[in-house]
Amino acid sequence: MSEQLQSDFDKLVKTSKFSNEEIQFKKNYLDNFIKKGFPNRKQEDWKFLDISQIIKKNISDLSYFNDYSKSNKIDPSIFVDGLEHNKIIFINGRIEKIDFNFEDQNKIEIINETKKDISFDYENSLIDLNSALTDKVLKVLVKKDYSLKKPLIIYHSTSDKIKSTNINLRLDFELGENSCLKLIDCFGYSTARSFINIFYNFNLEKGSILKNYKIDKFRNNNLKYSFNNIEQDNNSVSETFILSAGSDYFKNEINCNLNGEYSSAFINGIFSLKENQQHEIRTTINHLVENTKSYQLIKSVLGKNSKSAYQGRIFVNSKAQKTDGYQLSKAILLDETSEFNAKPELEIYADDVKCSHGSASGSLDENSIFYLMSRGLNYQQSKELLINGFLMDVVEKITDVEIKNLITNIIGLKQ
Amino acid sequence: MDTREKDIEKLKDYKYGFTTDIENIKSPKGLNEDVIKFISNIKKEPKWMLDFRLKAYERLKLLKEPNWQKPKYPKIDYQDLYYYSAPKSMKDKPKSLDELDPKLLETYKKLGIPLQEQARLNGIAVDAVFDSVSVATTFKGELTKHGIIFCSMSEAIQKHPDLVKKYLGTVIPVTDHFFATLNSAVFTDGSFVYIPEGVKCPMELSTYFRINASETGQFERTLIIADKGSYVSYLEGCTAPMRDENQLHAANVELIALDDAEIKYSTVQNWYPGDENGKGGIYNFVTKRGLCKGNNSKISWTQVETGSAITWKYPSCILKGDNSIGEFYSIAITNNHQKADTGTKMIHLGKNTKSKIISKGISAGFSDMTYRGLVDINSKAKNSSNYTQCDSLLMGNKCGAHTVPYIKNKNFDSNIAHEATTSKISEEQLHYCQQRGLNPEEAVGLIVNGFCKEVLQQLPMEFAVEAQKLVGISLEGSVG
Repeated sequence: MSEQLQSDFDKLVKTSKFSNEEIQFKKNYLDNFIKKGFPNRKQEDWKFLDISQIIKKNISDLSYFNDYSKSNKIDPSIFVDGLEHNKIIFINGRIEKIDFNFEDQNKIEIINETKKDISFDYENSLIDLNSALTDKVLKVLVKKDYSLKKPLIIYHSTSDKIKSTNINLRLDFELGENSCLKLIDCFGYSTARSFINIFYNFNLEKGSILKNYKIDKFRNNNLKYSFNNIEQDNNSVSETFILSAGSDYFKNEINCNLNGEYSSAFINGIFSLKENQQHEIRTTINHLVENTKSYQLIKSVLGKNSKSAYQGRIFVNSKAQKTDGYQLSKAILLDETSEFNAKPELEIYADDVKCSHGSASGSLDENSIFYLMSRGLNYQQSKELLINGFLMDVVEKITDVEIKNLITNIIGLKQ
Repeated sequence: MDTREKDIEKLKDYKYGFTTDIENIKSPKGLNEDVIKFISNIKKEPKWMLDFRLKAYERLKLLKEPNWQKPKYPKIDYQDLYYYSAPKSMKDKPKSLDELDPKLLETYKKLGIPLQEQARLNGIAVDAVFDSVSVATTFKGELTKHGIIFCSMSEAIQKHPDLVKKYLGTVIPVTDHFFATLNSAVFTDGSFVYIPEGVKCPMELSTYFRINASETGQFERTLIIADKGSYVSYLEGCTAPMRDENQLHAANVELIALDDAEIKYSTVQNWYPGDENGKGGIYNFVTKRGLCKGNNSKISWTQVETGSAITWKYPSCILKGDNSIGEFYSIAITNNHQKADTGTKMIHLGKNTKSKIISKGISAGFSDMTYRGLVDINSKAKNSSNYTQCDSLLMGNKCGAHTVPYIKNKNFDSNIAHEATTSKISEEQLHYCQQRGLNPEEAVGLIVNGFCKEVLQQLPMEFAVEAQKLVGISLEGSVG
């Protein structure tokens, strides 16, 4: 692995215009990654789904080099219909288009950087890999008191021109005081088998609101890893919704630091998995000061040979009195071969807190099916209706009506 | 002062902290093949037993001490421990209690465990383990009438080698984790129980463990076999003197329930927890595992964990037989600088298996408590279910309470439900109690006892009373 990585890294350095300082900086991260290797099940966070094994099985050896000096053609069929939006388009890991036509250009700033430090402690070697191999780090700055009029959709797509089997990309967002950003990540169709490694860093200043919706709906053979780091100041709110259904493997990881009083974080997720899919959500919410709140709801519907895992961790610092933390994960197993794993974790050092978690898993309730069938539905219809209701519960948590409708349609749920 | 307060006053200090001045025979210090041979030799063990130990020791050399647990501790020097220590008077086993060293009798009397049968009001048979040897087992005659074997492990190896050979190491194999393997290599004594087919054991069986000698590790091994259709309730209690050093206690307990059998295993663990600055105390690293081997069998663990500097144990159930049931009830209390990482594992392998976990954790002072549990429903375990509830109560903001459950459901016919809460005693509840004339400490005691009730009521009568008192005492000084 390391020889291929080293030679691909050299090619990347040759084709890009990095300064010497930047090259050295990236080299350090590369060395870190080579030292650590891909995470495996020996690490607690990767216990349920071992990414090094999964990559080995699906792609065998990864190749890492993408020529970022050549542009790719944008296929307009990937665009979301029926919702006016701003766009950032990534094709094969290269930024092809940035379009903020709906917004006041003075209120948004987009900065391209290459060298970008990581401001928090981590053990995750995939972040090292990301930092070593990303082309540019795009930084989106939303200025004070500005709310974006339309949501921003980030399209992640791959074309058949792709040479490598690994894509790394990174975006930074800075939300000024009392600003608001609605961000949708759309993961498109793909025939290629590649490992996509995404890293977002959010900084929420006082009173700002972030709504992030990740939509991975269309069946594809990609292996994806997405890491969101969210730093929150006083009164800020973050809402994350994850629809995890399309890729062969998808792990969404969210690390949220509630640094300011009265800040709150909401995470809602749906796994809807079939044939051989393996997905995971891992969250860490760090309550670091008084009066913070977090809420998490994760639901899984698991078909044949599929596997989902949820690892949720609520950490409460000894200073963080009056914390309110809640976590609920539920799963419906539809087939003998489906598997659900959960590790809801509480780590609490303050006494005046209200923290709880719950987890339930099992098959569809036979009594409910009987009830529906006795009212004239057939077995399949009853099953679908129950699953519809089960998942609708999570979609209902979306606070933006327009986006809620969009997502309801994408999943194919009935209101 | 009313009686309760007097009780508390009397018990404020660790009342079991005395030492018995008694002459000991010790093995040479350190861990090596010779020491293992020494232990095996002094216990006059047959060759197969020595081979068992040596096999474990070979394996141990390859193993590393686990380090994933929450409470960290300074490195233990395994070469600086005595692996065997026994009162000298035990060398030629006394035939009856009359021949037993009076100092030993005195010790147990002081601990509230009189060994003379006539002195016991209620019929509980006791096996008393002092450091590395079992000193006495009571009510043997009565039990033999029913065909029940209740004796020390050493005696069982001599007298019932077939049973021991057949079952020892079947639930906790010699190739298990570090501490279990260490125990397999150097275990000294413990209890052996065999309940024959169809027999309901007429009295509670109990073992009382006492660590006395310094620089000694206690490695006891208990094996309980409940044959088809039998029932037994087994109690375990433990204390140790107050010492500045940390002492290691690494026991293995194996339970085997055959068809339709039921084993109820209760523990009140009150090892010396160290002083209020966290100096000294016992490291309680115990492996307890039960195997529901037969259909319709049941194993139930109940534990009240109040002592030890560090408690690190997960009494587990392997539900192999169809329709078998596993239960786990636990109260863990940590105060001062105590640390606990405890919970259970329920491994569902058979059809229609059920398990229930109720865990109550209370942490006060500077202590740290973790519930760690595993519920694993195998793909063959059709129609199984699990219910888990773990609640934590925090007193003060210097302590921590953590919940780390692992949930694995591989069977679509099965249900797992897990609930956990963490909170403190609410001001309203305290106010209500105080308004009715209780002082703050009594009010907390009352609320905590209510919090623990679900578990306390699972304990046998006599233990329940003791446990209830212990709950109150362990939290002494943490309110205010």
